[in-house]
Amino acid sequence: MSRGDPLGSSPSHLERPARRSWVEKLEFVSLFLWAFRVAVILVVIVGTYGTVSAGQYPGPVWADLVVFGLAQGSVYALIALGYTMVYGVLGMINFAHGEVFMSGAYTAYFVADALARSGSLDRHPLWSLLVVAVVSMATSTAVAVLLERVAYRPLRHAPRLVPLIAAIGASFFLQYAFRGLYGSGFKAYPEVAVLKGEWVLAGIRILRTQAVVLVASVLMMLGLYVFVMRSKVGTAMRAVSEDREVAALMGVDVNRVVVVTFAVGAAMAGAAGVLYALVFKQVHFFMGFVPGIKAFTAAVLGGIGNIPGAMLGGLFLGIVESVGPILFLDGLGIVAPYQLKDVIAFTMLVMVLIFRPSGILGERLTVKKA
Amino acid sequence: MRVSAGRWLGDSPVGTGLIWGAVAVFVALAGMVEAFAERRIIAGVVALGPALPFLAALGAGYHAARRAGGRGALAVLGRGVGAGAATGLAVAGLVAAGGVLNLRAVFVNASPALFSLLSLGLGPAGGFLPILVGAAVGMGGAASSLVSDRARRPVVTGLVAVLVIGLFQEMLQLMLAEGWIQSALRELLFAPDALSRAGSVVVFFVAAGASAAWTYRGERVRQQLMRVPPPQRRLLKLLGLGVGLAVMLVVPLVAGPFLSHVLVLVGLYVLMGLGLNLEVGYAGLLDLGFVAFFAIGAYTVGLLTSTGGLGVAQLSFWAAVPIAVLVSLAAGVILGVPVLRIRGDYLAIATLGFGEIVRLLVLSDFLRPWLGGSQGLLTIPKPSIGGFELRGPEHLFYLTLASSALVAFVAARLRDSRLGRAWMAVREDEDVAEAMGINLVNVKLLAYGLGAAFAGVGGAIFAVMLGSVFPHSFQLLISINVLALIIVGGMGSMPGVVVGSLFLVGLPELLREFADFRFLVYGAALVLMMQLRPEGLWPTAAIRRELHAGEEMGASRQGAWATTRHPG
Repeated sequence: MSRGDPLGSSPSHLERPARRSWVEKLEFVSLFLWAFRVAVILVVIVGTYGTVSAGQYPGPVWADLVVFGLAQGSVYALIALGYTMVYGVLGMINFAHGEVFMSGAYTAYFVADALARSGSLDRHPLWSLLVVAVVSMATSTAVAVLLERVAYRPLRHAPRLVPLIAAIGASFFLQYAFRGLYGSGFKAYPEVAVLKGEWVLAGIRILRTQAVVLVASVLMMLGLYVFVMRSKVGTAMRAVSEDREVAALMGVDVNRVVVVTFAVGAAMAGAAGVLYALVFKQVHFFMGFVPGIKAFTAAVLGGIGNIPGAMLGGLFLGIVESVGPILFLDGLGIVAPYQLKDVIAFTMLVMVLIFRPSGILGERLTVKKA
Repeated sequence: MRVSAGRWLGDSPVGTGLIWGAVAVFVALAGMVEAFAERRIIAGVVALGPALPFLAALGAGYHAARRAGGRGALAVLGRGVGAGAATGLAVAGLVAAGGVLNLRAVFVNASPALFSLLSLGLGPAGGFLPILVGAAVGMGGAASSLVSDRARRPVVTGLVAVLVIGLFQEMLQLMLAEGWIQSALRELLFAPDALSRAGSVVVFFVAAGASAAWTYRGERVRQQLMRVPPPQRRLLKLLGLGVGLAVMLVVPLVAGPFLSHVLVLVGLYVLMGLGLNLEVGYAGLLDLGFVAFFAIGAYTVGLLTSTGGLGVAQLSFWAAVPIAVLVSLAAGVILGVPVLRIRGDYLAIATLGFGEIVRLLVLSDFLRPWLGGSQGLLTIPKPSIGGFELRGPEHLFYLTLASSALVAFVAARLRDSRLGRAWMAVREDEDVAEAMGINLVNVKLLAYGLGAAFAGVGGAIFAVMLGSVFPHSFQLLISINVLALIIVGGMGSMPGVVVGSLFLVGLPELLREFADFRFLVYGAALVLMMQLRPEGLWPTAAIRRELHAGEEMGASRQGAWATTRHPG
């Protein structure tokens, strides 16, 4: 229906021609939006000033928060890649991507648990974790490919709300399918002995799990970047996201590229699932939902369709979410600010969607479709 | 040319059967077979749970036969047998695997009881049984594709009637508890916890007969109705409406408190559905944060009427409702302004964000002194009319019915008004609508505000129904629920909202075991609806036209795709 306008965010229709005087421009809606902006900025500035001037938190606390935010953000970034790649190629939001992430982590739990019981998780931690990661990635990939085949492919030319609603349906189907299969309780991921404790790097304390998460996700993102930029399939992927019809005319098998896109995005999400489990140490059938939304936020933040943007957006969101509650809200005298960390993330999501839907790095991949 | 695995699986009967078998295995492992094992349909013959895998075999047989493409009857039946047997094979494979491996370590529902149910009581030794039954059922499925539509419809109707009456026997038996005619009917149809065998035969033939009569005579009746001159037809319509209303008025007297409670819930979802319908159905604004307005309505009434510590005014319910509606309307407009410029999928995500922000704020300790945090608001008094307190669900049913009727009337008038046509123009194409002189800001804000106001009415009734308000009642799942019922009923269609609420809210409440699988089924329903019947169960003419036009365009494009693809 409207592939011509994939973002649904083309230049505002509400803005009047520039020759009007500034008084006329201050209509109700703009005024309201400005008030919204100013309110959020005021909260940030006053809160930060309050917290900093109170001086309640010493430097190491902030360093801890930033490191935690980086680790969390790199998990978001890995998930965000799936959103951004699928959006780039198909122009649709794969609302069920958070569940793809969950399916890998949850399934790999059983492998991790078995490995922990047999003791090999402590004896050969590297190999065991690799096995867990491979299982997680394989499961996520299988789920995503199935999802694409069953739920999305028949709708590729349907009006644009149709695939989104199917994706919402698929999201809930997957959550409750895994709830039915694996049960509704929280499962505690086994701890890896080698990864207990912390390292100190240039005076900054960093938990070993967090270090592993950071290094692994940076490596994966580099690998993905090389894959998309250098390999033949990656080139085909970029071609399809530039213009699906022309790519097909040039001999690109679009269906295959779409499947590969879903598969690669899902593999990243599966890896993110294991890393997430290393940090948060538990899995649950609903665990994919909130990280999914946040990863989507990260993808939009960085500019959806843009791979480096997703990485940047993820890290940025992770840090803001980790530092924000204390930095912005504690200074305002709000009790239990950490309860509101999701409010910060969702506010960022809404603000980006309202004020800069093209994201920080623009939307290089999809802009041609307009 | 390479034959891909997908094509092989889809085309051969065994492949079809195995796909359906995977569905059957999933249904079993997800726990549905065991959960529904106690839901007997015909006493001593069949219960819903163990029948589920074989329903898959039926589907496999029918599916395989449909793909036979002009072969002889025997070949078609053969394909049905093959497909059904393959489905049974998958089930048997699960039973065998369950006998060897400890599947329960991973799949919580893979209990010995499940395997016993799947092998029809024989245990691992009876692994061949599912294959045989599957083959037989698959042949039945294939046979059903051979007979003409006219012959098939009565049989299907009869079977569905047996299924439905068997499922709801508990409720029906309760309703037939008093009076000698009723108890005679009950004796005839029911055994203690299911349809009796004789009863199921009676139900089958009555339903099949009615269906057959309608098939042969229905067309003529309809034509006669069409010949009735318009003024009388209008009268007939009014008469029908009056009869419907009268039936609704006596329902709680017959149905008792439990069924009334379910109907009140259905009514609340109708209220929310009508509200969201203004946004999604008419104006095409996909809103996933809709539950926020329901919550705002409930909290406003709670704060204004509560006699507890957090109550601010101790107003009566009737004074609080208009305020709640106004507050919800204002909230709809306030949350609508920032998202005015956002379209399509981004709008869905942004509204989802707003909905979650509202819920998290209400839940937080930060607002606890005013809103009660996770403990919510307590001691909300019931509404009363002139000293008569609307206490039980039977009384609240009338309140819900009256407000639903009022809201439906308003919605219908809105739909047919200038504003309604403007909404539909915006839904079809925003840019063109604006070019035609529609003020997008006003029109969209009215959609958000009025939709929110409808939800606020629902929230107000919800607050007095529970007598308390908790943030946990306002999960995102409610928004999804409302969206699902609109989609299933048919976007933009008001009867669709009622049908959707009855199906998606009423049925799961009546089938208690169903509660665990509610969202599983909703999700599957949304996906399947989008593929098979995107216009919903009771669509409006405009939406049907639009979607089918889209399909045709899609089909022709698909054709273009096929020619550009490499062979193999």
